[in-house]
Amino acid sequence: MSHVKIVLKTEQVDEIKAICKAFHNDEGELINVLHKVQTFFGYLPAEVQEVIAHELRMSVAKVFGVVTFYSFFTMKPKGRFPISVCMGTACYVRGAEKVLDEFKRHLKIKVGESTPDGKFSLSSLRCVGACGLAPVVMVGEKVYGRVSSEDVKKIVAEYND
Amino acid sequence: MELIKLTIDNKAIEIEKGTTILKAAKQNGINIPTLCYLELKDLKIVNKPGGCRICVVEVEGRRNLAPACVTECQPGMVIHTHSVRVINTRRTVLELILSDHPFDCLICPKNGNCELQTMAQKFGVREIPFQGVQSTYRKDFSPSIIRDIDKCIMCRRCEMMCNEFQTVGALSAINRGFESVVSTAFDQLLEKSVCTYCGQCIAVCPVGALTEADHTSKVIRAIADPTKTVIVQTAPAVRAALGEEFGYAPGTLVTGKMAAALRRLEFDYIFDTDWAADLTIWEEGHELLDRLSRHLAGDKTVKLPILTSCCPAWVKFFEHQFPEMHEIPSTAKSPQQMFGAMAKSYFVEKLGITREEMVVVSIMPCVAKKYESSRPEFAVNDNPDVDFSLTTRELAALIRQSNIDFNNLPDEDFDSPMGSSTGAGVIFGTTGGVIEAACRTAYEVFTKKPLEKIDFKELRGLDGIRSATIDFDGLPINIGIAHGLGNARKLLEEVKAGKSKFHAIEIMACPGGCINGGGQPLHHGDSEVIKARWRAIYEEDANKPLRKSHENPDIIKLYEEYLGKPLGEKAHHLLHTHYFDRRTDIVIDLEK
Repeated sequence: MSHVKIVLKTEQVDEIKAICKAFHNDEGELINVLHKVQTFFGYLPAEVQEVIAHELRMSVAKVFGVVTFYSFFTMKPKGRFPISVCMGTACYVRGAEKVLDEFKRHLKIKVGESTPDGKFSLSSLRCVGACGLAPVVMVGEKVYGRVSSEDVKKIVAEYND
Repeated sequence: MELIKLTIDNKAIEIEKGTTILKAAKQNGINIPTLCYLELKDLKIVNKPGGCRICVVEVEGRRNLAPACVTECQPGMVIHTHSVRVINTRRTVLELILSDHPFDCLICPKNGNCELQTMAQKFGVREIPFQGVQSTYRKDFSPSIIRDIDKCIMCRRCEMMCNEFQTVGALSAINRGFESVVSTAFDQLLEKSVCTYCGQCIAVCPVGALTEADHTSKVIRAIADPTKTVIVQTAPAVRAALGEEFGYAPGTLVTGKMAAALRRLEFDYIFDTDWAADLTIWEEGHELLDRLSRHLAGDKTVKLPILTSCCPAWVKFFEHQFPEMHEIPSTAKSPQQMFGAMAKSYFVEKLGITREEMVVVSIMPCVAKKYESSRPEFAVNDNPDVDFSLTTRELAALIRQSNIDFNNLPDEDFDSPMGSSTGAGVIFGTTGGVIEAACRTAYEVFTKKPLEKIDFKELRGLDGIRSATIDFDGLPINIGIAHGLGNARKLLEEVKAGKSKFHAIEIMACPGGCINGGGQPLHHGDSEVIKARWRAIYEEDANKPLRKSHENPDIIKLYEEYLGKPLGEKAHHLLHTHYFDRRTDIVIDLEK
């Protein structure tokens, strides 16, 4: 697996250590620690996992095992404008997959990836509670309803600088 | 002890409360099949994730079938271990496992020795009704271990050994569902992980997912090369296990047949790593006495305890996990590497050839020895001191390939001058043996008195951590012993915290020591096999005319003719080494 080799600043390492300490450096709190660290960091790159493993006195392989098990955790940074396509039942039957495919084609990235300029990232999610508007797409906090694959280009264009 | 009554396969039984259905059945002559389950009772190794579901049984009144390995017996239970429902379910489970398993059994290194294959044969599986995608994953080649994860059945035995028992933490299950595999941190190659190459993952793998890097064909080619003098050394634990590959009962010593077989394989000289083990004791024993006497004289710079350094997996373990303690282990090379260094200096000089014209092969109970022999510090101008290291299993394969009727071979001896050994060299093959060998010599050198009793029974046993105080003629010497890296870690944490009371500690990475190394014939979860080998090692020791390393006449001659004195300049250059910090550092630098 290739990952962007990132280098942590001392204060970032200190923040991760503080989060671990808040959970008493307890191996059993790994998921909570990962959750907090991802909120702080945006994602969980290898270097961050190494710090967590060291603080919780467990193997990096085990931390990586948990990070890769849960779809909530990500090792890739989200874009400045994270795009989420709802794949819940209602959205799915009204063509969400076509919309998702169009985003993939248009942005030339897969689900879970970011564009090379770091602007957009793409993910799928399950139900945002707006089934009446299906299919639903979210860009950051903004919700788009009744999206068709033809709308994709227009939505992306809204975020041109 | 509270007994409960229940019924298994129409038989009324009484069993101790808390017993699993699997064990209750076994005690009553019923062998429920298992795959992921593994227990080595005497070594405190247990794996029962209840994951494979092969061991399911029917319990009357219970809606689902119960996995026998993790379900405790309850009073009044009525259990059926081979009802139609059980057999059909078991078969379906097996067929589902097989549906995502390659069908290349004929060319698999585990062919004939695979627990999944045995199971398929037992169930008479003739076709797989489930067609679908098979998982694919890259093969991972390291100097010692090959990972072929397509063959993995996710029994998690390797993960348990690597994490819970060894506390190495190289392997973990990663990803989810169909994508899940046992892999390393960040899915890197094993070579880029904290793996120590102890090979205990191989020792417990039921299938062909984890095997050793096979060097047999390289050895065959070297023997066939007329320009090379090919010599072989055999580690102590090999002779106590090789026979199992040829149908002998575990614990049968086949030292003489092994030497004969190696001669039939046309090695030019048949030598013994036990000889080098005696040499190791001369160096390591004197190093212990040197540190001890300086310590007693009040030298505060001297580091105690001294830790043994014969085990390459243990060395790699502390280089990764305790690099700050690199001054504590003995600097003595392992017997394998001492042998290689002497073969390519002392012995090539005797033969009047160059080191490039000699090929040194070692037969080891170990896969980490392959890695050890490839370490750059054990080579001169890129020519390694030990060229190829084969496991006990590879030697058996070599013997079979060469049409040698092992069972009808006569007993033969090792060659001179690197083949003679004492009983002290032999016991290097088991936990407690190295330190007992060291004590036999250190006692006599230190006290200048002969030992009244050669056997140090207090140092023997299979408990994970042991300790004893040996009376060196009024001076009490505290000895610690650990086998299994998780146990070693406990002793090391004590040393690190300055709380260790020991003067010397012996560590072996594998549970039981080399007799249960990752390169030995597979035990398939039977700890009696390991105990039988353990007894055989002490039997071989007791039968030796000489039992103390410092009495080995060929080693005495080696110092007179070539090395000078223990810890002398030449000995230091050829027989001692140093250690490295192998921490994968967290990079702390400015962003981008």
